[in-house]
Amino acid sequence: MGLTGLAIFKLLPKTNCKECGVPTCMAFAMALASGKATLDQCPYVSDEAKEALDSATAPPIKLVKAGAGDNVLEMGDEQVMFRHDKTFYHPTGIFIEVADNADVAAKVDEINGLAFERVGQKYVVDGVAVVNASGNADTFKDAVAAAAGKTDKVLLLVSEDAAAMEAAAAGVADRKPILYAANADNYEKMVEVAKKIGAPLVVKGKNLDDVADLAGKVGYKELILDSGERETSKVIADLTQIRRQAIKKRFRPFGYPTIAFTTEEDPYLEAMQAQAYVAKYASIVVMKTTELASLLTLFSWRSNLFTDPQKPIAVEPGIYAIGDVTPDSPVYITTNFSLTFYTVQTEVESTRLPSYLIAFETEGLSVLTAWAGGKFIGEEIGPWLKDADINEKVSHKQLIIPGGVAAIKGKIEELSGWEVIVGPREANGISSFAKLKLGA
Amino acid sequence: MPVEILKEKFTGTVQEVVLGATKEEGGTRAKTVKLGGSSTLPFLQYEGDIPNRPAIAFEIWDIEPDWNEAFNESYGDVWKDPVAWAKKVEELGADIIYLKLKGADPELDNPKSPDDCAKIVKAVLENTGAPLMVEGPGHPEADNDVLQAVGEAAAGENIALGLAEKDNYRSIAAAAMMGKHCVIGRSPVDINILKQLNIMITEMGIAPNKIINDPMSSGLGYGIEYSYSIMERARWGALIGDKMMAFPVICVAGAEAWRAKEANAPLEDAGPGWGEQKPRGIMWEAMTAAALIQAGGDLILMRHPEAVKLLNKHIDDLMKPNLY
Repeated sequence: MGLTGLAIFKLLPKTNCKECGVPTCMAFAMALASGKATLDQCPYVSDEAKEALDSATAPPIKLVKAGAGDNVLEMGDEQVMFRHDKTFYHPTGIFIEVADNADVAAKVDEINGLAFERVGQKYVVDGVAVVNASGNADTFKDAVAAAAGKTDKVLLLVSEDAAAMEAAAAGVADRKPILYAANADNYEKMVEVAKKIGAPLVVKGKNLDDVADLAGKVGYKELILDSGERETSKVIADLTQIRRQAIKKRFRPFGYPTIAFTTEEDPYLEAMQAQAYVAKYASIVVMKTTELASLLTLFSWRSNLFTDPQKPIAVEPGIYAIGDVTPDSPVYITTNFSLTFYTVQTEVESTRLPSYLIAFETEGLSVLTAWAGGKFIGEEIGPWLKDADINEKVSHKQLIIPGGVAAIKGKIEELSGWEVIVGPREANGISSFAKLKLGA
Repeated sequence: MPVEILKEKFTGTVQEVVLGATKEEGGTRAKTVKLGGSSTLPFLQYEGDIPNRPAIAFEIWDIEPDWNEAFNESYGDVWKDPVAWAKKVEELGADIIYLKLKGADPELDNPKSPDDCAKIVKAVLENTGAPLMVEGPGHPEADNDVLQAVGEAAAGENIALGLAEKDNYRSIAAAAMMGKHCVIGRSPVDINILKQLNIMITEMGIAPNKIINDPMSSGLGYGIEYSYSIMERARWGALIGDKMMAFPVICVAGAEAWRAKEANAPLEDAGPGWGEQKPRGIMWEAMTAAALIQAGGDLILMRHPEAVKLLNKHIDDLMKPNLY
């Protein structure tokens, strides 16, 4: 909440009319400040006061949405500078460029085909940026239409020619495309185009002063900011300033999502540049490369950064078959913390010995933490194991447990009737364990 | 109306630590390397001093490693001999050489003795000019004996000895103190232990400019964000004046990144969209490193020379001034 009770009071009629249901304007102001009342309870507040108050009670960074159907990208609405202070909410949108004078259909096909899977997650490119490289309005319009016809992803229309933008955007209005960009020279026309179709609009400044000025005067709120910088260290500085001022100073002109563009020509350096922008507050990064190693790593990083520190990622508890299992297959058990599970799964896979891996419900805690917390102990595992489906799947009753919790062996045996084999302490010991003890 | 740049007002700095000693300083290194020293958040030159760029150390072992085939090309002809390997990484541009004495692991059939290790370290020092860091085999007793011998053998060279941990730090810290070396204190992704260990090491009499912190890095995709956030919290603590969080941080990017299936799997075993192993492995390491320097990594421990090249170029760009 930006304004104090006293500051709010100064904006109220100060008549103590009681029509809001509160005895005095001062009391109402205090209620507003603590979020216990809403401004619409006062029938006499002026328009100016309304604006000032909306501004103060609004989130520090506006939530802006683009795209339609199953492909809506949410940007902004962030609250902290460091993920450990709460979390980062809206993963950076990754867009790939296509020039309007290139083979648009082929390029969009290529972008559509970029799909990655790892550790139970799927990554795809969020959007296609069609660039008016030709400088020709018709070419641009046709390219945008072609791209729109070939993909459902979010569209970013890149042209600073307002007339060309108007023509191109009209055809894809229902897709809620992002319009790039309004600048000091074209903003009146660009804003008109954006307002007409309700599309998010990027305001591009020559520097921070310029972008703050523009954001303040365009008279439109579905904005995304481009500070105009393209040098890596300067982009990071600008993105940091915009986020910091929005959050710490409630500086309204900076209270919007941001967009950054990569400039590196080498595809691997480009991914590293993009990664820095993802880490440092960009809401969208526009790139050129379609190199697999570049994108796989970038998406993985984004996924890691935007994980809520307070909610460990967990897999569905259960019995997982790895390879072509038989009733003789070994049975391993670990926790359902994603990192643990996938690390162990990878190791078991590499033994090339088909096995079962039980992901035991520990609410996403790792082995040692879950053991310490009383979730990965004999008293829990034993009774569960006694009645579990695994009894029907294998002809033996041998369970391999992580070496770090060897202490739970006795209790599991006692309560389940199974024999417990103490496995290696670390997942990377599974390979040699399987060779030595399981004949892998 | 010009925007007023909002700067954080920090009162603390990250300790600057020097690795290596030249002839004038009592050693034989061709150059020394400075770590840390920042008075602001990573790469925000406009709001403070960033006297030293993140440094890069190459990891070598004293025995042939069990690394991915991808490394045969770069090191296959040298990795049976730590001296040859050390010379190779120096040729490849290593600022710092980080030697892991895996051969002294007591669980091996014929583990190297502390004396053997001392000889290897001496030989590496004699044949290279870069500052050196030495890590024991990772078993408390062996670590203590080995690092004591190594510390003595390298007296005057201002090397770093690692890894001192909460449950085993005294011997290693003592060895560092005796030889006037630096000590690497490792904490298990736990900011409280990070601080506690620094306090304990300091209480033994180790000077602040001789301590390096390893907060334990995890690779991209396998827990990196835990390390990232510990590092960001520690850096913030350092900058607001907590001296026990203010030591330069080493990030083990190479070893951790190369544990991942994503770095190693050949195309036949790869997941959807993964592509060829070679660029994927290199990038898995490079992107692990690049993420960790955003959280304040002062020294990055790398394996693949191609990943190092990428990282160096990226750091060049990040270190360009961004004054307002």
